[in-house]
Amino acid sequence: MSHFYTDVDHFALLPAILLAFFGCAVFLFDFLLGERSRRWQLALVLPGLAMTGWHLWKQGQIAPFTAFHGAITIDAFGLFFNWLFLLTAALVALISYRYLEIEEEHQGEYYGLVLMAQAGAYFLAVGTELITIFVGLETMSLSFYVLVGFLRRSRRSNEAALKYLILGAFSSGILAYGFSILYGIAGSTYLSDIAMAVAARPAFDPLTVLAILTVSAGILFKISAAPFHMWAPDAYEGAPTAVTAYLAVGSKIASLALLLRLFLGPLGTAREAWEPLLILAAIASLTVGNLAAVTQTNAKRLLAYSSIAHAGYLLLGLVAGNATGLQGIAIYTGAYVFMTIGAFLVLMAVHGEEIEDLNGFARRHPGYAVPMVVFLLSLAGLPPTAGFLGKYYIFLALIESGRYVLALVGAAYVAVALFYYFRLVRSMFLLPAIEVERPQASSLGLRVALGATGLVTLGAGIYPEPFLQLAMRSLLK
Amino acid sequence: MPWLTALLALPLVGLIVLLAIPGTARNAVRMWANAVLLGGLALALPLWQAFDRAASGYQFVDRMPWIPTLGAQFLLGIDGISLLLVLLTSLLGPIAALASWNAIEERTKEFYAMLLLLQFGMLGLFLSLDLLLFFVFFEVVLVPMYFLIGIWGGERRLYAAIKFFLYTLAGSVVLLLGIIALYWQGGLQLAQPTFEIAELLKLQLPLDAQRWLFWAFFVGFAIKVPMVPFHTWLPDAHTEAPTAGSVLLAGVLLKMGTYGFVRISLPLFPEAAREAAPILAVLSIVAILYGALISLMQQDWKRLVAYSSVSHMGFCTLGLAALNSNGIAGSVLQQINHGISTSLLFLLVGYIYERRHTRQIADFGGLAIGMPRFAFVFAVAVFSSAGLPLLNGFIGEFTILQGAFIVNRAWAAFAVFGIVLGAAYLLWLYQRTMLGDVRNEANRGLPDLSLREWATVLPLLLLALAIGVYPKPWFAVLERPVLDIAGRLAR
Repeated sequence: MSHFYTDVDHFALLPAILLAFFGCAVFLFDFLLGERSRRWQLALVLPGLAMTGWHLWKQGQIAPFTAFHGAITIDAFGLFFNWLFLLTAALVALISYRYLEIEEEHQGEYYGLVLMAQAGAYFLAVGTELITIFVGLETMSLSFYVLVGFLRRSRRSNEAALKYLILGAFSSGILAYGFSILYGIAGSTYLSDIAMAVAARPAFDPLTVLAILTVSAGILFKISAAPFHMWAPDAYEGAPTAVTAYLAVGSKIASLALLLRLFLGPLGTAREAWEPLLILAAIASLTVGNLAAVTQTNAKRLLAYSSIAHAGYLLLGLVAGNATGLQGIAIYTGAYVFMTIGAFLVLMAVHGEEIEDLNGFARRHPGYAVPMVVFLLSLAGLPPTAGFLGKYYIFLALIESGRYVLALVGAAYVAVALFYYFRLVRSMFLLPAIEVERPQASSLGLRVALGATGLVTLGAGIYPEPFLQLAMRSLLK
Repeated sequence: MPWLTALLALPLVGLIVLLAIPGTARNAVRMWANAVLLGGLALALPLWQAFDRAASGYQFVDRMPWIPTLGAQFLLGIDGISLLLVLLTSLLGPIAALASWNAIEERTKEFYAMLLLLQFGMLGLFLSLDLLLFFVFFEVVLVPMYFLIGIWGGERRLYAAIKFFLYTLAGSVVLLLGIIALYWQGGLQLAQPTFEIAELLKLQLPLDAQRWLFWAFFVGFAIKVPMVPFHTWLPDAHTEAPTAGSVLLAGVLLKMGTYGFVRISLPLFPEAAREAAPILAVLSIVAILYGALISLMQQDWKRLVAYSSVSHMGFCTLGLAALNSNGIAGSVLQQINHGISTSLLFLLVGYIYERRHTRQIADFGGLAIGMPRFAFVFAVAVFSSAGLPLLNGFIGEFTILQGAFIVNRAWAAFAVFGIVLGAAYLLWLYQRTMLGDVRNEANRGLPDLSLREWATVLPLLLLALAIGVYPKPWFAVLERPVLDIAGRLAR
């Protein structure tokens, strides 16, 4: 190995290499498989993810360390998020095949793109250099643009993809602009250098403020926080439901990782400047997300708006600015992965998108409807579910740091959230069934994923200790 | 096996077994659910004997680590106050299940599953001595009750179910913030942050913090009781719920609010409670009078009983507002009394509705002619609810008024007027439905109480009489914990 590419560099890069390698392998071997046997692609995807996981675990043994002269930092923080990406990708790959078969779009590229997106996300969590981060972000985003438009014959899917692409490219541009200002401040693209340069300036230095404004605008778009959330409902609604789940979880938490990396790292000393900004964004997200969700008639749109609200809660954890807040974010994101994918996979099994498609669902398929109640309770933040713990920590962090009003606002929206989440429960359990037989996109993979997400969502709520330990050990630097 | 844990686990285990029974085997489902709930009663009753009335503090304590990271424990235990409420819950559970035997024809298995889950939540709430655990159970009961109202309820069930859920949830999120803030305060003062109520009692809270915490807890509990002006969910939920739901809602769920005041708000924030007492008292008196006046106006039998709960729960909160041992002991006993008498009233309304499929008071009259036994039981229920001496309601209300009188004569005077109004609407209801001639032919030839129906009302009748005639053992159980709380308040 040369001076430019050492063993450590290779070791730090290996998970991403594996993901890209298996992604390309999926692209290559797709022609060998016929229409019905495409689900065998999973035989490539799952081992690929398992090998990635194996190397993440090995990285965890010697973390923290840096590679590429500090362009990549493998630390507990990055590994935590990468484990979440891995889980997300595995769950999404598992639940998709039957759905895509019914939509007659079961192409091999789908799995390749899922892996590619994760390869990009990898760098959002461990990248500590602006170019590395940006390339990772774009790799992920490009994969998502294609995935959102994966139902080629559906006009809504195409429309969603185009909207997402145009707005996404625009926001990436703004983010790149912010990065260039950071580079201008520090004369270096390494986060450690930028941190020193920012710390040397006053918090309200005009250049720093401009950098914060542009960077946060770009990232808030990616995590679909208000006021940059406009794309989310359309993209969520138009995308294939499995992709919606991936978008709502994978893309959001990867961008969240980037947000934390930047705002706690190089921009940490300018907290005074960005805190009011994020408070505004958090309150706006909670308000827009929760209130708009109430009037939705489409279940995917409803979940889209609710995911805007979840971005608001996550931002509140960052705003609190103490260790509890960070633990809260870790627990919240962990819970979010399972409960959100769970909710979307039940929608996939229903194979309907309007809320009224769910009418009477509990009578026909209690095995899906009962876990759905758990997911929805968890999304709303009621005990005994994982989602409650996330909210609990966020509220605790806000109270500890004396931000009582924010805590009250966040708590009040729990009741609003329950109202719209329970519109789904109402449809499933209380309303009579509509007599339309529709194909059930159920499959073995989907049922496995349903069992896993349901167990974790409820289990982590009833006996949270192991999950809390895990989150605590992983996120604190 | 620890006693209280077993008592709590029984309905949950029963629920899991129930899920294994096929839904088409309705009788098996019914029998199993009834057997489990009766088993719970059999397990709870010996507590009455084994309970040490002289001892201070909590008894039969089961302690297990739950979330060490947070300092939350799985901590169960009872004192005299929770003993009575646990016994009431254990009794009303099987009664509600037995009362539903014929009433629930649709989705029977789900119905009994929800009853068992509800029983689990209710018992857990009264047993837990850890605030986080308490809160979890506070929320757990919402889900089964939502389904009970929403699936098996009356015509406006969808509206009533979500209204009930949202109202209570809105209160309980504020309660959660209060619990978190209290936990955080505890973390500053104690060696180890904890949710254990006994540990939190050692805190020295500044008055300012007490005020904020008291009112945060107040919102959660006052909605649950419900106190005026948070009562508007109650008539809808009670009226639309199926009989079993109404019985448990009025009999047990409302007591969660008053129990919360007794267990948490009063002992933990005594100075703030002293400040707030006049406000609580005024709200209680408004509830007593307003609830009674509204009851006078009702055309719907069940809605009348529902509104009467607002009035009667006003007495319970008035007793608490007195902050002395008479008031608190009377309040707790009156909670039990209200559980007995209102459950009786709801059961009887339910039985008549099963026969006639109407609840309009105007549709009835002269029922006593065809159903003398029904009319007798209803008379006892009405007298018990109205506070006739020698029946349970009198003892509770009398003790509460004693307590209130010591503090402020005006409170007692207004509240007495509420008793008069209570007698008025209850007796008028009795007159309009039971007495007189049979004006409506449909009321002729209705079957009288069946054996199963007798089995549900008889225990309650006997209890009403027993408490009314000889209240001493009940007060003896309450004496120790009530004196402790009153002592904290008097300091």
